[in-house]
This record gives sequence, structure tokens and C-alpha cells, in this order.
Amino acid sequence: MNEPLEVEDLERRRPAPRREGPPGGQRGHASAERGGGIWSPPRLSMRWWPVFQRNLLVWRKLVIPSLIGNIAEPLIWLVAFGYGLGALVGQVAVGGQSVPYILFLASGSICMSAMNAASFEALYSAFSRMHVQKTWDGIMNAPVSLDDVVLAEMLWAAFKALFAVTAILGVMLALGISHSPKLLLAWPVLLGVGISFSCIALIFNALARGYDFFTYYFTLFLTPMMFLSGVFFPREQLPGFVRVLADWLPLAAAIDLVRPLFLDQWPAHPWRSAAVLGVSTVAAFWVALALTRRRFFG
Amino acid sequence: MASMSAPLLQVHHLRKRYGATTVVDDVSFAIAPGECLGVIGPNGAGKTTTIRMCLGLVAPDDGEVSYCFPAAGQAALRMPRDARAIKARLGVVSQFDTLDPDFNCAENLLVYGRYFGLKDAAIRARIPQLLEFAALSHKAEVRPGELSGGMKRRLSLARALVNDPQLLLLDEPTTGLDPQARHLMWERLQLLLQQGKSILLTTHFMDEAERLCHRLLVLDHGRKIAEGRPRDLIAEHLEPDVVEVYGGGALALADDPALRPHAARVEVSGETVFFYTANARPLLTALEAHPQLRTLHRPANLEDLFLKLTGRQIREDA
Repeated sequence: MNEPLEVEDLERRRPAPRREGPPGGQRGHASAERGGGIWSPPRLSMRWWPVFQRNLLVWRKLVIPSLIGNIAEPLIWLVAFGYGLGALVGQVAVGGQSVPYILFLASGSICMSAMNAASFEALYSAFSRMHVQKTWDGIMNAPVSLDDVVLAEMLWAAFKALFAVTAILGVMLALGISHSPKLLLAWPVLLGVGISFSCIALIFNALARGYDFFTYYFTLFLTPMMFLSGVFFPREQLPGFVRVLADWLPLAAAIDLVRPLFLDQWPAHPWRSAAVLGVSTVAAFWVALALTRRRFFG
Repeated sequence: MASMSAPLLQVHHLRKRYGATTVVDDVSFAIAPGECLGVIGPNGAGKTTTIRMCLGLVAPDDGEVSYCFPAAGQAALRMPRDARAIKARLGVVSQFDTLDPDFNCAENLLVYGRYFGLKDAAIRARIPQLLEFAALSHKAEVRPGELSGGMKRRLSLARALVNDPQLLLLDEPTTGLDPQARHLMWERLQLLLQQGKSILLTTHFMDEAERLCHRLLVLDHGRKIAEGRPRDLIAEHLEPDVVEVYGGGALALADDPALRPHAARVEVSGETVFFYTANARPLLTALEAHPQLRTLHRPANLEDLFLKLTGRQIREDA
């Protein structure tokens, strides 16, 4: 207990400590740690990594059941609807091309899987760590800020989504549903989808008083989005005014990017779709961070 | 020379309001290197809020918290501006354990050390000593869920030592522990003080405060109502002797003209009368006229002081 210990202090590596706090102390500011209001810009550092690593270490112990849970459900959907309903539906028209229903469904449902995996992790699991186990409180007694904890949880939920998506992609390749070389590009896009939905879910995590609250999020937000975004049927089937709204949903943007890649085509409006995902990600992260700061320091 | 005794932690005129309630009201104190400062006060006195402001987890409405670690040069670090540099040198045990239930004891220490930016090899080299210090060497592979309350608290303390901190902030480290576990915790804290560490601790146990703390801060309703060394505070506020009298009819003695003049102060609580006096002999002699009553003669202690300063009524808001 006596020998001095070299603490790798990131603050020391910088020539001068950052002084972003406004002059005149911290009177009246909601966020104690930061010396700024809850809406001040995110102040992020590499200290998110040990928090991410912590979650990784817990998950490593549960990887097999986690893998089964992540793959089984989307596969059941795919088999039941793809082969069952697909036999009735036959071909679906996508961008002037006629494709088998199972391919149509696979390209949409993988986006849904990314969304669900990220949402579950950033809601139920993050809430357990934040509220039930008080893991975040313990972490913040060490030199790790709340901003870094929120970033770590966001990236962790996105990682879980990427993990689920990779496993499902593997199964889809094995089943020979698609052999498009452009699937390699779908993979980073699906990571982006995971990041987007992690950020959105963390808003609801910051507002939750208990697990029940998340049921509303799933039934009132994610389930309608799933049906409006073209997972199961083309958005062209929707009534005109609904479609105008549906075209701007983040899940619809994700599907607009990923589905053509499954068909060995290029997305029709890649920048528009990427912008929808990008803007909703940045906005959601900022709101989630502000509400989490309010929850802890407000 | 002045730098030798510069306080590690300095708190100036700290104030915090929640709505209409002022939970911390103009509290100032300092901790010198090697010192153990105890914060005592009834529930709701503002102890935990004060600690949380020292940690930058609650923003004060007024006042300042600054640290000065000799190893980090002479520059004063201010909360919350320098939160990360400060916390790199602090060890914290919060009131409720925040141990990771999914990890065993050794993993808990490893994962926590990483939050300080420590290298895995450096932490792993330290884990055996930390477990030994916590008397948990035989429990390295056991998860917190299987540990007793005392073991969990000691693991929390070991975790707080992973970065070899200069100052420890301990919020009620022994609440809920049995006497054996409490004594072991005291022994460990005394060991840390011998090693030159400084401690800020809150407690509800007056024997703990008296045993461990060089200096005490008494808070009530958010205000500092007394500060000083335990023995000095007792001498300053209390008569040296206490005679407790209880049993049937004891309450009538509070105003008994044969007894009253022998006591400097008399207090009644429940079925017991407390006579505070500088000379207990005449009082005890007079009490021999009431053989049916039970009496207890003892020196005044910190508990008497605490009850005198903060009153005997139960804090309903607690």
C-alpha cells in the first residue's frame, strides 16, 4: 500500500488544462461536474474506454446465451415470414427490380435487429447499471465524467447491435439469401444504425423511473416505426400523407441504405438517408446527455 | 515551510439549497495532511451533500471546494474545474456499496483501477496486497453477492485504495456492520492513518468518531454547530461526570431539592434522568436514599455532547 503508483493522468498530458467553465464560479449551473449548463457541448475523453471494457468483461461471461437470444428471434421472423408468407407473396418490386420476398424481408429485418439490439441494451441493461446497481455512481467517484459514461454506454449498445447484426448476416450468407459483395458496406452502415438507436434509447433511459417505462417506448415508438419503415412491405403501400412522414424515420433511412446493398445495387439517395441518420444521432445524443446530466446533477 | 502544512482539502462557505430547504448552510472546514476529520450530525444534517459537493457530484449554490496535493505541485485544484485531476488522487467509499455484482473481488479491483487509467499489469500487481488489506485474500474469486456486509465494505475500501490515494472520503463506512466487522474496519482505517493518508469520514457512531478522528465537525440542519478535537469539545460543552438514574419514580427526582443542587444540569429522556456534574460524589450519596432506583455513574462522552448540541428529539424527516 506504500509504494507510489503511477497514475496515468490524461490531464497531465495536455499542455494546459481545459478551462471551459464560464468565469465567476459555478453558481446556478445544473451540472456540477462540468461547470456548465446541462445543454453545454459534450466533453468527451478516452475515459469511455474502461467503461466500455467493463461491459465487455461482463458480456464475455454471457456471450453464448446472448448470441442465441440475438440470433434466434430475428431468424424465427425470417423463416416464418420469409418462407411462409414469401410463398404467398412471391416477388416484391423494389426500385423497378423484382426480388424474392425473403430477400426483401431479410434486408429490412436486419436493420430492425440492429435497432432492437441497440435499444434493449441502452434501455434495460443501461438502466440496470445506472439506476439499479448504481454502477455509474461508483464509476463517477473515479476520474471518469458522466459524459464519458454516457458515451461508453452508447458505443456499447452500438457494439451489441453490431454483434447481433454480424451473427445474423452470417446466417443469411449461409442460407444463401444474398451474395452481394456490397454486403461488406452494409456492415458499417448497420453499425451506424446501432449508434443512432442507442442515442435515441438513452434519452428514454435518462427519463425512466422504472423498467415499465420502456414498454411504452417499444410499443408506442419502435413498433409503429417498424411497420412504417418498410421492413415487411414497401413504403409505397402506405397512404400518401403517412408516407411523407415515414420517409423521414431513421429506420426508413437505414433500410433505404441497406436494402439496395443486399440487391447488389447502390442506394437511390445515400446522402439524404445518411443525413437523416446522422442528424438524428447527433441530436439524440445531445438530448440524452442533457437529460442524463439533469438526472444526476439537476 | 508553509507548504508542509497546507490543507489537502479546503472548503469555503459552502451552501446548497433544494427548493426552499437549505441543506448545507455556510459550511467551511479544512483537512491537513495525515489528519482524520469526522463529520457527525443527525440524519438530514447535510453530511452526504457536503461530501458530494467535495466530489463535484453536487454543484454548490455558493462557496468553493479546493484541493492541494503536495505530490502534484503547489497549484490548488478547484472543484469542479479540475474534477478529473482531483479524483485521480482521491479514494471514495460511498454510503451504499456500488460493487459490481457480475465480477468477483479481484475483477472488481481490476475494473475499478482501469477507471483511473492504470495499466492492467500495475493493477494486477497490487490486487493481492489490496485483498490482503481487506482480509479477503481467500475470497478473490468470490462475487460480492456471496460476501457478508463487512466484507463488502472492506472490498469497497480496498477498491477506493486502488489508485493509492492521498485523501479518502468515506461516507458512513461502518453503518450496518456487526461489532467484529466494525472493529476490523477501524483497525484498517487506523493503519491507513499510520501510513500518512488523510481521511474525511461521516459517521453516526460516537465511539468511532472518538477513536479515529483527530478533529470533529458537528453539523445540524446544514450548519456547522461545533468543531474541534473530541476531548476538547467534551470539556468545552459538558460537565465531566454523568449520573443516569432510571427505574420506577426516577422522573420525579429531576426536580428533587435534595439532588438538584448537586448537578450543574439535568436532562430527562424517556424514563431516564441525566445529572451532569463536576463532582458526582455528593449526588451519589444523596441517591442512596432511593435504593429502588438504578444508577449509572460514568464520564461524559461524545454521545452526550452530540445529544446536547443536536437535541434528543427524533428527526422525523430522516
